[in-house]
Amino acid sequence: MSATQNRHPAMVLGKYAALAFYLIFALFPLYWLLKIGLTPDELIYSEGTRLFPSEVTFSNFTTVIFQTDFVAYFRNSLVVSLGAAFFTTLFAAGAGYAFSRFVFKGKRIVIAIMLVTQMFPLLMIIAPIYKIVAELGLLNSLISLIVVYTAFNIPFATFLMQSFFDGIPKDLEDAAMMDGCSRFQALCKVVFPLTLPGLGATLGFVFTAAWSELLFALMLISKNDAMTFPVGLLTFVSKFSVDWGQMMAAGVLALIPSCLFFIFIQRYLVQGLTSGAVKG
Amino acid sequence: MEGKPVIARAQKTVRPGETRARRSLYLQYMVEPFYYLSPAILLIGAVIMVPLIIGISYSFQSIELLKPFASGWIGFENYVDLWSDRKFWIAMENTLFWTFWSITFQFLLGLGLAMLLNTQFFGKKLFQALVFLPWAVPTFLSALTWAWLFNPVIGPLPHWLAALGILSEPYNILGDPDLAMWGPITANIWFGVPFFAITLLAALQSIPGELYEAAEVDGASPWQTFTKITLPFLAPMIAITVMLRTIWIANFADLIFVMTGGGPANSTQILSTYIFTTAFRKLDFGYASTIAVALLVILLIYAVILLWLRKKLVKI
Repeated sequence: MSATQNRHPAMVLGKYAALAFYLIFALFPLYWLLKIGLTPDELIYSEGTRLFPSEVTFSNFTTVIFQTDFVAYFRNSLVVSLGAAFFTTLFAAGAGYAFSRFVFKGKRIVIAIMLVTQMFPLLMIIAPIYKIVAELGLLNSLISLIVVYTAFNIPFATFLMQSFFDGIPKDLEDAAMMDGCSRFQALCKVVFPLTLPGLGATLGFVFTAAWSELLFALMLISKNDAMTFPVGLLTFVSKFSVDWGQMMAAGVLALIPSCLFFIFIQRYLVQGLTSGAVKG
Repeated sequence: MEGKPVIARAQKTVRPGETRARRSLYLQYMVEPFYYLSPAILLIGAVIMVPLIIGISYSFQSIELLKPFASGWIGFENYVDLWSDRKFWIAMENTLFWTFWSITFQFLLGLGLAMLLNTQFFGKKLFQALVFLPWAVPTFLSALTWAWLFNPVIGPLPHWLAALGILSEPYNILGDPDLAMWGPITANIWFGVPFFAITLLAALQSIPGELYEAAEVDGASPWQTFTKITLPFLAPMIAITVMLRTIWIANFADLIFVMTGGGPANSTQILSTYIFTTAFRKLDFGYASTIAVALLVILLIYAVILLWLRKKLVKI
């Protein structure tokens, strides 16, 4: 296919123009965030639309890190995201394994329920969840967020894990079980080491999802010291709505963990979605 | 439930001593999957399904946290209010506009990207990682970034649009009721193209290469190969992805909530942001749940129609 397309010089030119378009469209907004974050305050207005700042400073970043509650938000988000990612992956691995290896009664119903949770507006349950959490006295606690995010992410993570388990030959466990392992032992000793990429992808996926969730966090957290990053940044924005440099610096810093995770897991995630998609 | 008759049947053919072993094996066989499933099921049940039912029941009640003594069952009153609520109908129209344009551009750009990624070129791995990056950007941050880009004080976009003659002067389109919706739509396109590209790329890679070779031998033009081979093969995948994405985008409130909060003058209020602002700002849980039920019903009708159409049109 590529041979046919590359023959014509105009086609080649068109192709590279399209590649450049996609690259600029994807990266320009992030570049702009970084650019304003690095521009010294006094130049932000005078050099508003220049592509490169004439001077570069890190003072916005140091101010954000040392003089605001930024580090606390960062820590809260890290706790919530890691917690949700860990529990989701654990539970989704179990569920995905069950879907992949067993034929059992109720399987279709469980799968249907999981699909339904992906369909209806999650905002629909924001009011009941608020009331339940309030009655349990868990408002402003990170635990409530971890539990909610874990439940929200389990269905997709389960399907993702299932596609990874499906890719591992069943014979491997059967052989281990022949040799006297229980199924659980076979799972731990033989299957899990092989699904490490899948586990990594699922961890990363849930981590990024939990890192960016805003609406439930906004509803359930109102105390400054329990705020996660999105909520913190949003209050930051509405409180100091003129300090552009600092806001964008905070934005860049918020981007770092999810981008790092994304770079590590990108390949596996694409691979997992691809194998799942081809089957479906 | 159905365990007993099976065991009874088993007893007839099996000698007495073996029964207990069979039964426990059978039970174990039926129960074992649930050892692995139960944490997931319990959590989904407790955190999603139970609140969902409670949420539906809220839509028949008056639950305003700011008026704690006025609460109670009120039947269909919320729904009657909804029917005559002008904001609800505006939000419905906006939801259609927002979903249609977001999905159209995401799909077309995603398809283009997938076709590019299905060819060979220098630095493809790096390119792929970079163009997929917007997907990893937390949504609140995409929203803030685009809100800033549209701000004439620090963003370049108004100046560029003015230079191109699209805007008469560089002003913030997020404050203009006629144009405001295009702000969140742009952010949504930016954020959603990678997802379409990934799923469509997977489908493209599953098309057998021999078909293209045969087409080339027969002298088909690139356009013919695209419409006669690529599109028909992608059709089922496109149908399912577009359906799921439509539902997802119609529910997606974060971008609009952060960028415009539904304003100016409700010009960007979609149903899901209306649910959120009613619950979060007014603390009127009953009415918020009513809007949510309405949105759910609309989405269900949409899904049923689309599945029916697919059954009629796609014979795969």
